[in-house]
Amino acid sequence: MMEEAKDEASVLSVHGDDIKVTEVLKDGDTLTFLIISKKDRHKPVVSPVFQLSGTGEYHVDRTYDDFEWLQQHLFAQEDVPGIQGVIFPPLPAKPQVNASAKTMKQLGILGLGEWQPYCKAMETFLRQVAAHSVLCRNKAVEVFLTSSAPPGRQKIRKNIFNRLSQAVEEMRKEGHKDVDEFFQTERDRNLVLTSCTKTAAEKFLDMVLTEQKIAVACGHFSAALHLLVEPGEDADKQAFSRVCVKLSEVFESMKKNMTSVAENNMSTLGLGLDLESRHQEAEKEMLFRRTCKLVELESTKRNAEKAKPVKKLAMEEVKKAAETEFEHICRVAKQEITRFEKVRVEMLQQALVQWCEKQLLTAKESADQFNKHLQVFGGMA
Amino acid sequence: MATSSERSPPPFPDSEDQDVLDSEEVGGRDSDEDDGEDLFMSASSPPLINTDSTPEPASQLSDVLTKPPSDLMNDPLFEPIISQTDDKPAGEAVSEPSDDFFDLINNVTTETTGPAVAEISLDEPSDDFVDILGSETPKEEVVVANVTVEAAAAESEVPGGVTEPFTDGKTGNDAGLEADESSAAPIIDLSGDLSSNDAQQQPISDKIADPLVDLRSNAPLAAEAKKPSVATMDLFEDEGSDLFAEPQQTKSAKQPQKSLFGEPDEDLFGEPLGAIAKKNTSKAQKEKSDTTKAAAAAAEGPQPATKPLEPADIFTEEAVTAPPSISTTSTVNKTNGVNSEADTDIFAEATVELSLDSPRTERKTEVKPSASASTSLSAAASIAKPQSAALEELEEEEEEELEDKFDIFVSVKDPEKIGDGMNAYMAYKVSTQTTLSMFRNKTFTVRRRFSDFLGLYEKLSEKHGPNGFIVPPPPEKSLLGMTKVKVGKEDSSSADFVERRRGALERYLQRIVNHPSLLQDPDVREFLEREDLPRAVSTQALSGAGFLKMINKATDAVSKMTIKMNESDVWFEEKLQEVESADQQFRKIHALVESLVVHRKELSTNTASFAKSAAMLGSAEDNTALSRALSQLAEVEDKMEQLHQDQAANDTFSFAELIADYIRLLGAVRGSFDHRMKAWQRWQDAQAMLQKKRETEAKLLWANKPDKLQLAKEEIAEWEAKVTQYERDFERVSATVRKEVVRFEKEKTKNFKRQIIKYLESQLQSQQQLIKYWEAFLPEAKAIA
Repeated sequence: MMEEAKDEASVLSVHGDDIKVTEVLKDGDTLTFLIISKKDRHKPVVSPVFQLSGTGEYHVDRTYDDFEWLQQHLFAQEDVPGIQGVIFPPLPAKPQVNASAKTMKQLGILGLGEWQPYCKAMETFLRQVAAHSVLCRNKAVEVFLTSSAPPGRQKIRKNIFNRLSQAVEEMRKEGHKDVDEFFQTERDRNLVLTSCTKTAAEKFLDMVLTEQKIAVACGHFSAALHLLVEPGEDADKQAFSRVCVKLSEVFESMKKNMTSVAENNMSTLGLGLDLESRHQEAEKEMLFRRTCKLVELESTKRNAEKAKPVKKLAMEEVKKAAETEFEHICRVAKQEITRFEKVRVEMLQQALVQWCEKQLLTAKESADQFNKHLQVFGGMA
Repeated sequence: MATSSERSPPPFPDSEDQDVLDSEEVGGRDSDEDDGEDLFMSASSPPLINTDSTPEPASQLSDVLTKPPSDLMNDPLFEPIISQTDDKPAGEAVSEPSDDFFDLINNVTTETTGPAVAEISLDEPSDDFVDILGSETPKEEVVVANVTVEAAAAESEVPGGVTEPFTDGKTGNDAGLEADESSAAPIIDLSGDLSSNDAQQQPISDKIADPLVDLRSNAPLAAEAKKPSVATMDLFEDEGSDLFAEPQQTKSAKQPQKSLFGEPDEDLFGEPLGAIAKKNTSKAQKEKSDTTKAAAAAAEGPQPATKPLEPADIFTEEAVTAPPSISTTSTVNKTNGVNSEADTDIFAEATVELSLDSPRTERKTEVKPSASASTSLSAAASIAKPQSAALEELEEEEEEELEDKFDIFVSVKDPEKIGDGMNAYMAYKVSTQTTLSMFRNKTFTVRRRFSDFLGLYEKLSEKHGPNGFIVPPPPEKSLLGMTKVKVGKEDSSSADFVERRRGALERYLQRIVNHPSLLQDPDVREFLEREDLPRAVSTQALSGAGFLKMINKATDAVSKMTIKMNESDVWFEEKLQEVESADQQFRKIHALVESLVVHRKELSTNTASFAKSAAMLGSAEDNTALSRALSQLAEVEDKMEQLHQDQAANDTFSFAELIADYIRLLGAVRGSFDHRMKAWQRWQDAQAMLQKKRETEAKLLWANKPDKLQLAKEEIAEWEAKVTQYERDFERVSATVRKEVVRFEKEKTKNFKRQIIKYLESQLQSQQQLIKYWEAFLPEAKAIA
């Protein structure tokens, strides 16, 4: 599996690990992402249209529409057997400048700050696509990463994987009994995990938001303390002013500390939980697609049995086709699930470790600062 | 002798302090020991130890004991002196070199007789020592302060007995010295002396014996340090240092010391003691408060006879900078910068003693402050006031320093709901810990309900408000908060309310007792001490709204009056503006802090819910390592929630409540301005009235109506008196307000600083806790995979 993945990764002219979304430009209501990827030295330049900077890097700018275009192309690879068994890397929801509270909530942690977390999420998406053994073969990926012309500006047809249609059917088929024990447990587990991760991510977001509020409040307090500074030569007044200024500094540093805590939370576990939650969604979608196929297969089977002799043959063929397709899907899905399991645990671990380390760092820093402030105050006495 | 009273604050060091003391002492002792050895070996070197030792017993011993201590003290002192005096033998006492014990005895006898015969005889050296003695003796018994001199006299009568013991002791000491090592030697000497004393003077002996024994055992072993021993040790250090300090600084001239002691003291003490002296001085510097205390004590002047002499000498000497006792003081003054200005006799003396006391006072804790100290303090405070004009500045400082000492701690604890339904009320335990002698006990506890606190405020503001004092206001009544409590809702907001109020009441009381004049009020004492307080009825109507109205009314009146009043004093004009803008700003800041607290609380709840969801995620997770890590994470977050909650409380109590206090206090400040205005108004009205009367008089004169003229004249005289009276009142109120405002500002800075330091400490602690939590979690996270 691993080897295969490696071989196939080489289809792409860039390394998945080197893809970076470095910048986001706000142009009116649209966000444009600057994507940089390193060219694989062993690959020839495919076409002159492809834009290659002097450093051996591809610099392209893409909007969210381009990303969507890419995803649709990935979904639409009907020629690949078992494509529906693939857990597609989840694309974050569409970013909106000046978004309403509701859409902001949809975006979750990605909507915070100056879109840096969003960039990070996009980057993860691209890396996952590039690293995926099946998806990276799609030409659209290469085009997306290297072509100077933005590919996705013309509207494309929403295909069957459209989420809306899915939602309608979902209720009906979700509870469908699976024929395979493995998939049944996976589905149950996924269902629980999806909701759990979602709430966890939401709660975490709340925490981060509150931390930001605290940081702001500290900033206000720090600024307001300067109001208490009284002019004058009086020694007492000056002493009090000094205390106020010093306290203001303390709160300024508390503000900085809180800000960095919030930022760290966002960039580590926040992103991790968000990704995890989208991952679970993606897996759910995949499982759902498979379930749909299963339902379809079962109905064709029934149809084939009931079919009149005239149609029997045709029906049998349909059934056969459906069976093979389902088998393909199941095979791919099983692989995907194992891979996915590994990826997400690794990702979560990394997020947790990074988070913990950053927390430690900031806590130590601020402890240091408090110590210093304390000494200053001690010296003032 | 006044100094003696100052001495009185016995060092009641905390355990830590004790350790420090011990170590210091040991250091000091070593030096002392050396000196002592020198003495014994060579007459010339002054036995510091001896002097030290003498103070010890003195401190422990009461009046009766004073004798022996005085003897002891005399001995050591004289010994050094004698040794020095050898060069200049002035009297019989000096006759022989220190080597001989007889000499010592002689000295002792002479000394003892000296005080008895004439106070004048007490040269400076003697004075110093006497002071020391006195100070120590008074510690134990306040009343005895005066007695010290007498005691010394009494001693003189018993010279024979005393001398004998001394000789014995010394001989014994010699033996002991030789036998023991240098360090042990000095202590042993003392013990020897003391023991000998005991043997001969039995009445004293019993009492003395114990302390002495303790001393002996304790002295060598710092660890044992029991109170008495500690105290004595302190005494040693202080005294020794003082004594020595004097010589050091005064090197130039010890005029007061008569021919006998003059030069030798300087030489001998100066060098060996230098180290110690430094210590003492440094300590002295640290605590100005001591100086103030001392001043107070001086003011008290228990021993009038000696006092005048000494102060006079001191000052004269001071001018020269030579006087031994003064020298220490002068250094202190310089360092402090504060006291140097105050050249009154009293203060000078006080300062001298201060230097001695300072180390002790530092350590003073609740343990058991000597009654004398407290009395002296209070007395000082009261005495200081009358002298207002010249000493105003000093006074202020004094007061401030007095407060610094916190000789009285009030705590409000255990809020308890009494009764049911709407008749329920909250009662609090008010515990007082004090060293002040104005209270009968050192600790006492009473139960007070909230309206009692308000009642106290009513009484105080009625009595002291018109005089321009800033009476600290209590927290307002809160209908909403109290109703919740009454209804019995046990939710967090009502608990929060009760706790906030408890803290506010505690700070309110502490502010009152920190105020030197409010503390003197009988109502305050009654409130703190009396078991059952008559119910304050009127305050029940003083609801939150009413209370606010009261303050607002005051401020309104002020603003109206300012329009009318043509403010002659720029200072007041500026201050009033400052107070008003400060009020605005404090309100703003209060709102900001409150919102910060709200956010912190929010963070705490959010953290809690995240912890919950993390726990759920952990339980849903298949991967065992990940699942484990997640549930660990949930635990960490649970702890974090507590931390955030603590921080919210911390913000509340460190800043929000502090600022709320100050908003109230600023109202009180404005109230005091208002009272000043009223005084002015009254004065102006009286003036107008007088003017009118004069006009009528002129009219009458014109109309030639002698019968009514007489009446008019009388009226004019009456109103003239009133005008002067009111003018004086106004001046007085103005002065008080001014002083109070300055005090208020000083307090404000101090208060804030203290709070901030506390706050930072707790922040630091919580960060460290945080670090601990994360460090524990990190390996868990790394173990996933």
